[in-house]
Amino acid sequence: MLRKTEKMKIQLISLIMVFALHTMASQNLIETTCKSTPNYHLCATTLKASPGSSTADVADLGLIMVAAVKAKSREALSTIHKLRRRRQPKLSQALQWCAEVYKAVFEGDVAVAEQALRGNPKFAETAMAGVALEADTCEDAFEGVVVPPPALSGVNKVVHELALVARAIIRNLL
Amino acid sequence: MTISATDPNGPLYYNGWYHLFYQYNPDSAIWGNITWAHAISKDLIHWLHLPFAMVPDQWYDINGVWTGSATILPDGRIMMIYTGDTYDVVQVQCLAYPANLSDPLLLKWVKDPSNPVLFPPPGIGPKDFRDPTTAWLSPDGDKWRITIGSKIGKTGISLNYETKDFIKYDLMDGFLHQVPGTGMWECVDFYPVSMVGQNGLDTSVNGPGIKHVLKASLDDDKNDYYALGTYDPIKNKWTPDDPELDVGIGLRYDYGKYYASKTFYDQHKKRRILWGWIRETDAESLDLLKGWAGVQSIPRSIVFDKKTGNNILQWPVEEVESLRSSSVEFKDVTLVPGSIIPLEVHSPSQADIVVSFDIDKKTIEEAANMSYDCSKSGGAVNRGPLGPFGIIVLGDETLSELTPIYFYIAKAYNGKPDTHFCADELRSSKASDVEKIVYGSTVPVVEGEKYTIRSLVDHSIVESFAQGGRSVITSRIYPTKAINDAARIFLFNNATKAKVTASIKIWKMDTADIHPFPLDQI
Repeated sequence: MLRKTEKMKIQLISLIMVFALHTMASQNLIETTCKSTPNYHLCATTLKASPGSSTADVADLGLIMVAAVKAKSREALSTIHKLRRRRQPKLSQALQWCAEVYKAVFEGDVAVAEQALRGNPKFAETAMAGVALEADTCEDAFEGVVVPPPALSGVNKVVHELALVARAIIRNLL
Repeated sequence: MTISATDPNGPLYYNGWYHLFYQYNPDSAIWGNITWAHAISKDLIHWLHLPFAMVPDQWYDINGVWTGSATILPDGRIMMIYTGDTYDVVQVQCLAYPANLSDPLLLKWVKDPSNPVLFPPPGIGPKDFRDPTTAWLSPDGDKWRITIGSKIGKTGISLNYETKDFIKYDLMDGFLHQVPGTGMWECVDFYPVSMVGQNGLDTSVNGPGIKHVLKASLDDDKNDYYALGTYDPIKNKWTPDDPELDVGIGLRYDYGKYYASKTFYDQHKKRRILWGWIRETDAESLDLLKGWAGVQSIPRSIVFDKKTGNNILQWPVEEVESLRSSSVEFKDVTLVPGSIIPLEVHSPSQADIVVSFDIDKKTIEEAANMSYDCSKSGGAVNRGPLGPFGIIVLGDETLSELTPIYFYIAKAYNGKPDTHFCADELRSSKASDVEKIVYGSTVPVVEGEKYTIRSLVDHSIVESFAQGGRSVITSRIYPTKAINDAARIFLFNNATKAKVTASIKIWKMDTADIHPFPLDQI
């Protein structure tokens, strides 16, 4: 017959084991999911940095990534804003284009992905694929005129990569 | 200051979004800077503005990227044919397409290096060759056909072209149709409607149980005319059902201010949708337009009128109803001759009004013969035995400003009643520099039907639909007093003999801007 304290120990150890198993399972989910994306490292670091990810299902992971795209797009807009204040004529047309593109990314693609991910993941996938393409158009807008400002180039690249990772995660839901 | 934003272009549904392009002149001080502005929507009501799709940056469209139409190919490619106004002011046709079909927003567009793909043919003036239509398949299914409006002398015509690749075209013998005396045909539109089904049809559909609508915007009088007829795909000719109501001399889409309209097939909800631009928009009004309808007039679905067999029905797209919020209803209101009844409503300047009127048949039978014409009538003050009766919108409390929208039943010499549907703008505004006309026409009323009006009021624009959309009048009103909450809605009966019973429901319409994207449409 086990004594009370021993019973409690076993219960406690069981609890810890269940919790550990669960967390391992979630970490496995993050790892498995990120392996299905074109950028494992970016995927894993982004997801692990998010507080909810350890108990997330695939759809949640998708939403976390969409949120990352959103945040990076916001950063892009702020970068564009700062660059515009410099009032360099050679940059102005391209920056105008970029500002409008990222506004569309926000209000069009990200909004759709957030809303559609659980119910209609096809639309969310298309939207994230769109974001990658659209970030590229910002980069291309400078072509033939001037080299894109490095700060903006950097953000464009990350948005592109994050969007493709998000798209790949969402693909698992189809 | 005038911001020029006109002519809906290349409307289409693709990959989850409705797209609309429109002519936009960002700085009217610079003539010819016409770009293609671009907006997208999930529900035809809430619009997201995107960067310009096309700017006048080539020699062949430097004086304007003008009207065009989209054709979606079976393999999913989109061909956009549009009119460019060249550096030496010649009208040519050009091809453009999305840079990347995988971008759901279709942000970037590419102009084909072969542009221009069409020059004005011999015998056609360089300034009489514009607004190519959506293409439809030839009977063998191996070629695409488009039509382009023009004129020869004073005869309005529509030219026929065939192409396999949208780059090389053959001008075909004979016109799709022509009508003497109508002048230049702008914004020609050509599409099938089903005589038996409920839905719209893809532009290439043909066969039994189908009629074709041919439509032209007449440059000479700035109105949009349409006619129903039969399309012979072998001869590539269209013939009107009633030559007396041929294109340009018969029916109009709208008896008010409505021009340069264009339809597209919405494959998402299987509808034929009509876009129109409400003319003469100034900068102030452009802001007012955003009341709840956005930049364009409310898109309308088009179906064949099975009851009459000789006109189409237009009706505001059902998505408009998502803007309805609170409502008031008044049933069986008796309107004796000479009565006018104010209605207690919220938000009288943003309203969706649905009303039906009943008149005793005997009164109609017993009335004497008389003729009527909305535009010559002098409006709702002039009384007849059987009219006018209807609603008053954008009226102020003292009725110093008012816009009656009404029916007037007249009787032809053969004793048959003719119902006229009019919008009386004569006293719509105290401002003196405003155009004041009575708009309208006759509207068929089928045996057993009540007299019905649906009127969408949005501050300075009123779109009124009679008999389920058999006759439509778009009014631009510029009230000085009857604005916002100072506006009033009334029922009235100014007939001398007819006793009228009315039932009316009025919804408050929310502003589209307030609602975030209605993504539950997904």
